[in-house]
Amino acid sequence: MNTALFRTCPTTGLKVDLQAQALIKANAVAAVVFLAVGGLFGLSVALTRWPAVHLLPADWFYLALTAHGLDVLLLWIIFFEIAVLYFASSTLLNSRLAAPRLGWIAFGLMLGGGLITNLSVLQGQSTVMFTSYPPLMAAQHFYLGLILFAVGALLACGIFFGTLVIAREEKTYRGSIPLVTYGALTAAIIAVFTLASGAIILIPTWLWSLGIISTIDPLMYKLVWWAMGHASQQINVSAHVAIWYAIAAILFGAKPLSEKVSRGAFLLYILFLQLASAHHLLVEPGLSSEWKVFNTSYAMYLAVLGSLIHGLTVPGSIEAAQRKRGFDKGFFEWLRKAPWGNPAFSGMFLSLVMFGFLGGISGVVMGTEQINIIIHNTLYVPGHFHGTVVAGTTLAFMAMTYLLIPLIFQREIRFPRLAKWQPYLFGLGAGGISLFMMGAGTLGVSRRHWDITFADSALDFSYPEAAFLMLALNGLSAIAAATGGLLYIVIVVGSVFFGRKVEGKLSLAAPSGPPAVATYGSSESLRIPGTAVLVGVFFIAFVLYYFVNWKYLSDIWPMR
Amino acid sequence: MAISPPTERLWWNTPIHRPELIWIIVAFLWGLVMFFMMIYWHAFGQQNLATETYRTTPNAFYAKTEAMVQQYRVRDVGGLPVARPPAGGDVYLIGRMWLWYPALELQKDQTYRLHLSSLDLQHGFSLQPININVQVHPGYEHVLTITPDQAGEYSIVCNEYCGLGHHTMLGKIFVTDARVTP
Repeated sequence: MNTALFRTCPTTGLKVDLQAQALIKANAVAAVVFLAVGGLFGLSVALTRWPAVHLLPADWFYLALTAHGLDVLLLWIIFFEIAVLYFASSTLLNSRLAAPRLGWIAFGLMLGGGLITNLSVLQGQSTVMFTSYPPLMAAQHFYLGLILFAVGALLACGIFFGTLVIAREEKTYRGSIPLVTYGALTAAIIAVFTLASGAIILIPTWLWSLGIISTIDPLMYKLVWWAMGHASQQINVSAHVAIWYAIAAILFGAKPLSEKVSRGAFLLYILFLQLASAHHLLVEPGLSSEWKVFNTSYAMYLAVLGSLIHGLTVPGSIEAAQRKRGFDKGFFEWLRKAPWGNPAFSGMFLSLVMFGFLGGISGVVMGTEQINIIIHNTLYVPGHFHGTVVAGTTLAFMAMTYLLIPLIFQREIRFPRLAKWQPYLFGLGAGGISLFMMGAGTLGVSRRHWDITFADSALDFSYPEAAFLMLALNGLSAIAAATGGLLYIVIVVGSVFFGRKVEGKLSLAAPSGPPAVATYGSSESLRIPGTAVLVGVFFIAFVLYYFVNWKYLSDIWPMR
Repeated sequence: MAISPPTERLWWNTPIHRPELIWIIVAFLWGLVMFFMMIYWHAFGQQNLATETYRTTPNAFYAKTEAMVQQYRVRDVGGLPVARPPAGGDVYLIGRMWLWYPALELQKDQTYRLHLSSLDLQHGFSLQPININVQVHPGYEHVLTITPDQAGEYSIVCNEYCGLGHHTMLGKIFVTDARVTP
């Protein structure tokens, strides 16, 4: 029975299901709380890595590192993604949400699971890192909490699919679903694969921690665990690419250059990203080189192709829209006159650039079978994924928040001047964290390591001096990122609880320029020279850096 | 707009613009280059990780390692025996909480079969400063065929978290110039 209550958004004219709106709010708030907690753990980790500060004692360092991964990589991101799924299905399609009561059960399971796992870590019995590789064993409720969380997230994905079906049945939209919803659908499909893999490995591991199963094979665990662990990063990619498109559409009225190309790129994610478990098994015993080469390259880099395509189509659609709106001079007027003071835009664009240059290139390079020998488990690895997940995903989610607060929470952004600077501060910090950890990793520094001076060791060894500098710069970057993160929390909490209520129609669109050529941006006359230059620079950087790493590899001992 | 249904009902029939098409082709070809680069390196490159692996047990692996240590022990370093197995032979290295056992002395430009396994948790064999990183699992014996081509003192760091003493875990490989050492 259809008993949903709606309000009509005065700005977009969309019908917003009030139950969906409440669930979006709840999931977004939970996400932000875990971001605050996890971010604080992250700062303490970075300050411990900085040899001159060395903040935490060893046991607290490893505990904080475990909690940091759990709270930000899993809880912040998945909670926010669930909010995005509800928004992209119910709100964008003018539809009621399927089974809102189940949505609250899902929320409860996720929250409860997240709290239980956090508790087990804080009790000190589950310092096993986020990856919890056996035979290292955590307390049983560490795994139990993760399982509950995964079940909740799976239910939420089911509600998303159900909402798509309802919207289609009740004809709440015409034609095909919007590209952003399509991207969210990609994320949800990958999420089902991910969460199923998580269940397949975490349930036996939980039984093992209870003593019911005698052993868990460490190699098998890694293979299946990373089918969750890495594929879940592809949920993030799909979600934040969808958000890039959404922000471009809301601010510039940007239309995808070609629906076919952008959707095809998302489809490549669904078809090939799941092979990524191999990225974590490239220097493992017992697997053939053929298996490694095929899987690590997502079958000839076809999922990378998807990201490379979005790397052109997202800025390209902004350029086309800006030119149509009057900023048509030269190569870069469209970009120069973009609303750099609007945190939704600056966050989105910094996320796009850093995801490509820092996270994207490094990910492909380190995922090359042989090159992984000089990178595996060094600080390069967290350097890479802070480029993807922090500078990329987290910054994109933050940017989206600046639109969700007026549209969904119906509050004005408090502290607008701080908000203007927030993405720059956080982005700069996150970019620095990524870059300097990759630098330290290139010098060989181990990840997850409390003391790079080896002061308590029977033998003596120390990393090169440059590594100490890298870790100091990493610490400074972490302070910048944490300050940016703190500003974000202050702005969000301030706006949601104390912001002025939004009345009537908002103008979110960026200012437009002088009237343009009427046909500009139509399919016949598409010209995106600025984007072509940006993509060209990216491509040259990619190729050069790729071959530089083969050179590094060729310098190590011959081995076969 | 990307947040509303496509304006063209038959969006899959619209032609792809030239800039997009060019980039798709370039990116696809670049993917092929990167893919075949890995295969090329298997054929012509010098640095490929061995896949030779055997099932083992901590006891069996410890016994083999200890036999090597007994036979080829030449000296001690920091309380750790240094084994100098013959060139071209099998070399055993144990990762365990929180030590790489034993220390090894190898000759430059000689080829060795290095057997790696763990007695307890997973460990990360990270040879510094040359920066060679290999994951070490309990129950699996991974055999790398290595040819140290630079003399010097190398340290083995553990780069997989293995408990509270993880950051103290070190080992040593000394590579000696064959012409100098008798």
